[in-house]
Amino acid sequence: MSADAATHDDHTPSMWDWRRWVLSTNHKDIGTMYLVFAIFAGIIGGALSGMMRLELMEPGLQFFTGDETFWGSVFGNEHNYNVATTMHGLIMIFFMVMPAMIGGFGNWFVPLMIGAPDMAFPRMNNISFWLLPASFVLALMSMFVPGAGGDMGFGGGWVLYPPLATSGHNGPAMDLLILSLHIAGISSILGAINFITTIFNMRAPGMTLHKMPLFVWSVLVTVFLLLLSMPVLAGALTMLLTDRNFGTAFFDPAGGGDPVMYQHLFWFFGHPEVYILILPGFGIISHIVSTFSKKPVFGYLGMAYAMVAIGFIGFIVWAHHMYTVGMPVDLKAYFIAATMVIAVPTGIKIFSWIATMWGGSIEFRTPMMWAIGFIFLFTVGGVTGVVLANAGVDQSLHDTYYVVAHFHYVLSLGAVFAIFAGWYYWFEKIFGVKYNSILARLQFLFFFVGANVIFFPQHFLGLQGMPRRYVDYPDGFAFWNEISTYGYFIMLVGMVLFFLVLIDAMIRRRKADANPWGEGATTLEWTLSSPPPFHQFNELPKIK
Amino acid sequence: MAGHAVKHDYHLVDPSPWPFVGSVGAFLLAVGAVGNMKGLVGADHPLAWAYGDGSWGGLLIGFAVILYTMFGWWGDVIKESRRGDHTPVVDLHLRYGMIMFIASEVMFFVAWFWVFFEYALFPEVRLDPALATFPPAGVETFDPWHIPLMNTLILLLSGTTVTWAHHALQHGDRRGATLGLIFTVVLGVCFTALQVYEYSEAHFAFSMADGGNLYGSAFFMATGFHGAHVVIGTIFLAVCLLRLLAGQFTPEKHFGLEAAAWYWHFVDVVWLFLFAFVYVTFG
Repeated sequence: MSADAATHDDHTPSMWDWRRWVLSTNHKDIGTMYLVFAIFAGIIGGALSGMMRLELMEPGLQFFTGDETFWGSVFGNEHNYNVATTMHGLIMIFFMVMPAMIGGFGNWFVPLMIGAPDMAFPRMNNISFWLLPASFVLALMSMFVPGAGGDMGFGGGWVLYPPLATSGHNGPAMDLLILSLHIAGISSILGAINFITTIFNMRAPGMTLHKMPLFVWSVLVTVFLLLLSMPVLAGALTMLLTDRNFGTAFFDPAGGGDPVMYQHLFWFFGHPEVYILILPGFGIISHIVSTFSKKPVFGYLGMAYAMVAIGFIGFIVWAHHMYTVGMPVDLKAYFIAATMVIAVPTGIKIFSWIATMWGGSIEFRTPMMWAIGFIFLFTVGGVTGVVLANAGVDQSLHDTYYVVAHFHYVLSLGAVFAIFAGWYYWFEKIFGVKYNSILARLQFLFFFVGANVIFFPQHFLGLQGMPRRYVDYPDGFAFWNEISTYGYFIMLVGMVLFFLVLIDAMIRRRKADANPWGEGATTLEWTLSSPPPFHQFNELPKIK
Repeated sequence: MAGHAVKHDYHLVDPSPWPFVGSVGAFLLAVGAVGNMKGLVGADHPLAWAYGDGSWGGLLIGFAVILYTMFGWWGDVIKESRRGDHTPVVDLHLRYGMIMFIASEVMFFVAWFWVFFEYALFPEVRLDPALATFPPAGVETFDPWHIPLMNTLILLLSGTTVTWAHHALQHGDRRGATLGLIFTVVLGVCFTALQVYEYSEAHFAFSMADGGNLYGSAFFMATGFHGAHVVIGTIFLAVCLLRLLAGQFTPEKHFGLEAAAWYWHFVDVVWLFLFAFVYVTFG
């Protein structure tokens, strides 16, 4: 035992002491900062989507008018609509879902679940967090500096394809965005190194890999995807940067380069990235379904290795995002087949959750409602994914609202529902206070209805041929667009309820139990007080 | 668990300013870089020296903060190591961490090799017929059997000298370890010097502004990032040399040196791939 570790006593520093947060080396405090950051970023990302839905409520230009009217001066012009779609995507992915799932819940519960006192590299853990605000400010700055000509911000979509990302946006906005993503990537890679080391090296005595909770498995697979895919994005972004500023020809056909090359590099990162967003959610859902069915997860090992399989196959399907670039038919055939194969391990997960519930004594507590909502909605998104996996079908659906509906079903309704499920599952453990479960269930109701009303009609719009990323549309698309915007308002009520639950819990401060869920909650975090001591497991637990 | 003594060997690190300071440095460096490349303020702005077009002030400030963080942070790590915080399990953490870091670096180079192979293997799809061969017409590439071969031998030799240093240290031969490390650092510097010389002799341009094309882009960025890693590895080894001279390494405990050696071997292997494919096969 080191001399230094012994000097750590158990008194928790005051939460008003700035040093507790800024200088933190405590996984739970850093996890809390991640969660607060994700909420903050989620508000901004959600506001951007509100701007888009308002504009699309009716055909014609209402808000992004670019003129001297109030809305025109606040929202900007049509270019700013494209900036809004771009930044909505980037913010929700890099600054909301990833920080909440991996940074927030991962930091909080990976050490607790494996019986470890902290992360392997507590100080590096803190730079993983603090790089994110730095990165986020750069991204926000980019919205307010020149992008294309006199227009502010980068409006080329979150995928940052050249030539829009090179000669198409000559201003500093895109350079700020590139460096913002570089920094977010460094944050992710350092976090990935930290989680891998923690999970491999700090499991309590007796906890073999095959006894490890599924959430820890899900984070392990996720961070491997991060570790191996983020550097490829860094390379692609660097090529964009040098093409823009130092005269290289990577993506410029005039010098022999190829814009499609960027798409390969990007999606080699981008496809693992979508599994990065959803895998921790799989882990969270497994715990919740098991807890409230009062049964162990059905097919534990199959569930673990299904995630490993999803992670592995996730690296070899990237070009299904690029069916329309003119690739050979044989290549399309391969990517169709490989993509369809992912439905197998994903099916294992869905059916195992259902089998876990089967015959269980199910309690419909708040997290369970979110989890069942997740299973239903994620399945819908998965099924449309199988549709889109067909290159022939994708030829006409590529870049339409069908795709938008698909990935929002798996992310906005999948990943986000998993985050809320985890939030209400672990709320008492994290904050040490109870929440009002009636309000929280009401939030679920508004979210479930709202999100479906937003995104289900977008399938119809896509099948009718409405393209993504346009500020305006023909009158024929008006009806379902209006419905979709009503869905946004419903979801907005759910968002207000979310904050009401939070404020109510913080004001009433009803002391939480160590284990509010009873016999079904079997993982190690429930053996600790709520909130857990500042440093837990000074004596490591033994796993039988 | 108040009052219970800590009964594990993990290292619960003290609160530290470096993550926050380093993040501020990264932010300042990024803003400074964009100022330098594009100009974030006009030429008559009071901050034009830092964030105007072509200015270096903001970049240097950010870089200085990051350097300060590196000194402070890794200085703390060395202090903690000497204080005994690096128990066997923590030592294992560091090994895992270094391996994972190198794995991510490998994936970074995958991007550059991917681009190179794409352009080298499928030149016929280029729109411009002058660029539809590889190397493109008019590009006079380096003879791999002159400076590149020399550099290959230098790096391979440096791989043996760093192993010599490591084994000497393990056997308590400090003089051998010092000599081995000095040779390695000198060989690293020689490699960089030869690479700089080779660049100055190039008969193809990096930038399209100087008549360059995809060959120059792929060549200079791939070999350039490798070169940057050689410089970083050389600095890493030089720091280990100073620590060795300061008596901070023992025959049993010297992970800093081992990490530097791992990193050096990684840089070496990347070079072998560059040599085999960029210089020899497609040169």
